[in-house]
Amino acid sequence: MPEIKVESHPIDSVFRTERLPHIFCPGCGIGPATHAYAQAILESGIPKDQHACVSGIGCTARVPGYMDVDSYHTTHGRSIPFAMAIALVKPEMEVTVFSGDGDLFGIGGNHFIHAARRNIDINVICINNFNYGMTGGQLGPTTPLGAKASTAPYGNTEPPFNLPYLAAATGAVFVARWTSLHVRQLKEAILRAMEKKGFTFIEVLAPCPVGFGSPNDIGDAIEEVWLYRERCIVDHNAYLPDLELDLRRKDIPFVMGNFVDIERPPFDPLAMMKNQGE
Amino acid sequence: MSPEERVLTGSHFLLGDYACAEGAMAAGCDLFAGYPITPSTETAERLSARLPAVGAIFVQMEDEMASVAALVGGSLAGARTMSATSGPGFSLMMENIGMAAMMEAPCVIVNIQRGAPSTGLPTLVGQADMMQAKWGSHGDYEIIAYSPSSPQECFDYVIKAFNMSDRWRVPVFVMADELIGHMTERVVIPPADQIPRVERKRPRHKPGDPSFLPFLAEDEDLVPPIVHAGEGYRVNYDSLTHDEKGYPATFPEPHDKLVRRLVNKIRLHADQIIEYEEIFLDDADLAVIAYGSTARSARRAVNEARRDGIRVGLLRLICVWPFPENKVRELSNQVKAFVVPELNLGQISREVERFTSLPVIGVNHAGGVMMAPDPILDTIREVAKNA
Repeated sequence: MPEIKVESHPIDSVFRTERLPHIFCPGCGIGPATHAYAQAILESGIPKDQHACVSGIGCTARVPGYMDVDSYHTTHGRSIPFAMAIALVKPEMEVTVFSGDGDLFGIGGNHFIHAARRNIDINVICINNFNYGMTGGQLGPTTPLGAKASTAPYGNTEPPFNLPYLAAATGAVFVARWTSLHVRQLKEAILRAMEKKGFTFIEVLAPCPVGFGSPNDIGDAIEEVWLYRERCIVDHNAYLPDLELDLRRKDIPFVMGNFVDIERPPFDPLAMMKNQGE
Repeated sequence: MSPEERVLTGSHFLLGDYACAEGAMAAGCDLFAGYPITPSTETAERLSARLPAVGAIFVQMEDEMASVAALVGGSLAGARTMSATSGPGFSLMMENIGMAAMMEAPCVIVNIQRGAPSTGLPTLVGQADMMQAKWGSHGDYEIIAYSPSSPQECFDYVIKAFNMSDRWRVPVFVMADELIGHMTERVVIPPADQIPRVERKRPRHKPGDPSFLPFLAEDEDLVPPIVHAGEGYRVNYDSLTHDEKGYPATFPEPHDKLVRRLVNKIRLHADQIIEYEEIFLDDADLAVIAYGSTARSARRAVNEARRDGIRVGLLRLICVWPFPENKVRELSNQVKAFVVPELNLGQISREVERFTSLPVIGVNHAGGVMMAPDPILDTIREVAKNA
């Protein structure tokens, strides 16, 4: 066999390759989702210099640091108002928040609902691995009822958020859910989000074999991805209140899709001044 | 008032809170993000009318954490950003004030202080956030804080706050108090071309130059040039300890190096930042140190004591942080004691004690009412008698 030498990959141009390898655990689902985001940047037609990637704190929040765009690793939960200001000051920029479920919906939940209500022109990509991974598998606002976590050794007593339902109810103009297995659908959804003006939200289910899988009898990442493969159904017209998730339950499917794609005027602090002139 | 003008040149009878807003207008504030809180709300209200009229951005945020997150994001996108608040909001801002210090994002925060702790006295005066302004966020960092004693100084020092924030890449606070914020006095606004403007230091390197290290401070002032979003530099701004490239470097050596620089850029250049007013200090053998609304009463007390023949002077702090420690040391060789009146139970007096071995006598009230001249005068008389 002749030796095949690969010096670079086409997608390297979107990454700070000198920072690789990354910090993520074997089997982590953040990688494929990051790849989909990178691919979407390449295909978006928007120059790299006009992309900004903003995050809070957590495993997923390390992603912007690997992207070769303007990147901002902010405080825990505060990526959305930070990103809002960039989008308002530089409206020509494509601003994407790439962060985790605990960051965006635990400590940052209030910012999320208000950004969606205002219809701020940013994209939010949320890696949902059902736990706080970086700190060692604590329960979060998306941990399924009954699931075990390092701070819920008897099982979680709190019902989790249904994220697409929440995003749609609070005003997002584009809402999708995919998994880290659905890399092509995910990339297409991110491209659609980049195309749209206003607040877009994409939930990405991703294995966290160390934090969530292990205490919940999901042996490894492959097993979780097999769960996605066997149990996911695509229904773009799904009834959003029914989108609750529990990887451990065998009686309900995991519903994927691009659920919301509507138009609503994006946030413009000067809108009323402009209206007065007409 | 013609609302389309940035700078309302002329002589006005203005509320202190409004003067803060007009200072922001004159300084070219591009984005205000804030949350309503008594007694600072009039600043936000005024700017909600004034900023959009000149095409600038006013956003009422969901809380004060979001407000300062927006100040930092907007600042790093190239905007001059400001918020206004009072004690409870200032507490919530502390998280991202630390981020602003760490990312070296210029921004201005006006704090119209009220009685504290907690919700305290929403409508009544206090000066008890002075130490919080210096130490409120976790970790070692430096900021600049002014304490205006009049609506005119609210206007002047909001402008200065923007300029010093851009100059040193630190958050700058205007620590007014409810008395000053809700006081109406004459404010003279100069012509637009006489408003001082300091520009941010920008990189010499072109975008894409691999030798460019965005967090390398090559100059003596220890301030690196700032890079804005969308300029092609594709820089990583990190709240984590970062190296000169901007990448996370969570190790002891880069941490010590970074934190020392963040602190030293202010500490080593404090002489270029500190401002105070000296009144009758030349021949004084007793010094009063005061700031904000309390400095007005202190001035009256010092004047009256002088009439009694007491050789007392006033050091009025305009810039409280960095603290004028050398001035206190210098005065220690001249006076016999310090009197420090303030509307808290002894914050700046504690700082004075650090730089002198002389007696430091506080005149304190926890807040809710102005510090009258009388208790200051009584203390001056008593200290003069015993000195």
